[in-house]
Amino acid sequence: MTITTTRRTLMAGAAATLALPAYFRRANAQSALRVAGVHASPVENAWNSRIHLAMQEAAKTGLLEYEFSESVTATDYPRAMREYAEAGMQLIWGESYAVEREAREVATDYAETAFLMGSSGGPQGDNFGVFGTRNHEAAYLAGMLAGTMSDSNVYGSVGGYPIPEVNLLINAFRMGVSEVNPDATFLNGFIGAWFDPARAQEAAVAQIDAGADILFGERIGTADGAQARGVKAIGSLIDYTPRYPDTVFANAIWNYGPTIAAVVADVQADKQVGRDYTEYSFMAHGGNELVYVADMVPADAIPGMEARKKMIEAGVFEVPIDPAEPA
Amino acid sequence: MIESLDLLFSASLWAAVLRIATPLIFGVLGALLCERSGVLNLGIEGVMTMGAMSGWLSVFLGSDLWTGLLIAAAAGALIGLLHALLTVPLGLSQHVSGLGITLFASALAYYLYRLIVTVGESPPTIDPFRPLDIPILSDLPFLGPVLFVQTAPTYLALIAVAVIAYVLARTPLGLAIRMTGENPHTVESQGLDPALIRIGCVMAGSALMALGGAFLTTAAFNSFFPEMVQGRGWICIALVVFSSWRPGKALLGALLFAFFDAYQLRLQTVVEGVPYQLFLMAPYILSIVALILVARRAQVPAALMTPYRRGER
Repeated sequence: MTITTTRRTLMAGAAATLALPAYFRRANAQSALRVAGVHASPVENAWNSRIHLAMQEAAKTGLLEYEFSESVTATDYPRAMREYAEAGMQLIWGESYAVEREAREVATDYAETAFLMGSSGGPQGDNFGVFGTRNHEAAYLAGMLAGTMSDSNVYGSVGGYPIPEVNLLINAFRMGVSEVNPDATFLNGFIGAWFDPARAQEAAVAQIDAGADILFGERIGTADGAQARGVKAIGSLIDYTPRYPDTVFANAIWNYGPTIAAVVADVQADKQVGRDYTEYSFMAHGGNELVYVADMVPADAIPGMEARKKMIEAGVFEVPIDPAEPA
Repeated sequence: MIESLDLLFSASLWAAVLRIATPLIFGVLGALLCERSGVLNLGIEGVMTMGAMSGWLSVFLGSDLWTGLLIAAAAGALIGLLHALLTVPLGLSQHVSGLGITLFASALAYYLYRLIVTVGESPPTIDPFRPLDIPILSDLPFLGPVLFVQTAPTYLALIAVAVIAYVLARTPLGLAIRMTGENPHTVESQGLDPALIRIGCVMAGSALMALGGAFLTTAAFNSFFPEMVQGRGWICIALVVFSSWRPGKALLGALLFAFFDAYQLRLQTVVEGVPYQLFLMAPYILSIVALILVARRAQVPAALMTPYRRGER
């Protein structure tokens, strides 16, 4: 028998082929975890944006279904958590820094729901997991690159508030600088706000006036001050180089994907999530990385930094965690 | 110690003072104008947020920077109209309406921003006002880098102080505004409509406030973020009292606050062993002290916060 291909069968075949991925996606969606994100800040806030983006990417691959609320105030926070729990969300992601007690109460009331919270405290019970922000390893490596780049030997940094997660980052940057440049001196300023770029910029300018010519920008706005004065800056959490191409030469990027993968796997395997997920932010898990512009840094600074990076990834070298307020 | 005093003689400090003061100058002038006509406008924080958003958004969508400022002012005036309608013809509590306006306008700004701008990793940018480098003048020693390398809105703010001061003190319109804030009945007896004057002042004042917000997104920075006004509006409300409702003193108050702020940011870099919170507090504490010293002699507009109802005695 001869097989004849009419235009109609061809069309039908093509349509079926095209529809296949959709079928698989649907099959996948049945096992996708229902996740709700409760963001205390707008999702453009650098820290939240890393989580938001990772969630969206995970949703694209079919790992989870993601809904979110943003700018949820502390007084509203437990309500938002409860609503999502009532709506049958399997995992509620959030940040309990300002609502530790309330968030934990909600978790106790909804024992069937898994919670993962950015928190200053430890995990609680079977269903309340916590995570810390750790891009300090990348900040250390950025410091190693920056260590040979200053003419004045004065390094500045602008932070929001002196909470441990901010402090350890600035301290790691300083340790990285000091490893290659033991004579370096440091300035620091806190602006007392999470989002006041105008003020962060003024703080940066104040440090440049005081001699700093490399700035570690824990807060957005720092690089604007550096740009206005023609000095260099380092970004944190997200990649600021596209925004300040001639100013930001390195970024200590935080990747939240590994944490999401870990917690989703735990929930799906019916394992307890009441544990600390901070480890998934470490470089060994791909949780943070240094992104830098090779043309903007001295070539001889790179091999040392890369060697250090390998040691960190292999677990041979541990970047110290110093949560004390930088002077 | 010597280092801390040396800072006072750096041109960079005083240039920063003008930059930090600019949104406050707009805000305090706007609040002052409203209050001189008898209406307290606690909507300021929301109006500034709306100004910051609408000014930025119009530039983001393709208009030039000056049109952006104009749109910000118009948006501010519109929100001001709402406050004016609630407080003038309806005579509602100015406190409650003002706070409501702040909540409403901040949320509306956020909402409109979300509708139009897609969420990215870092907020999208515009090309903001650049510092002008005024030929010859900017080369003057000390004064040059302080006064003549600012962005255009800073000069606009300074001009606005002069204009408002002149209008209030030297024109029939200014007299009518001041009288409306002191004794609206007299204004009525002159054949003028106090309600109309108040509505006009609240709208114009809100437009000025919105310019203060727009400065943050079109000159000080190049993106909008919902929380970026950061209480600057509330500072302006206090500065009006400090200024004893006079534009010249309002300018002084804004500069004083900005000076404390710029100075503390620099002190953080030279003074060690002092908790940074103390520095951050300094502008507020010193402003309160200044307020106490000055407010005693402040002349409050007599009809401030008193709704005017025709024929009522």
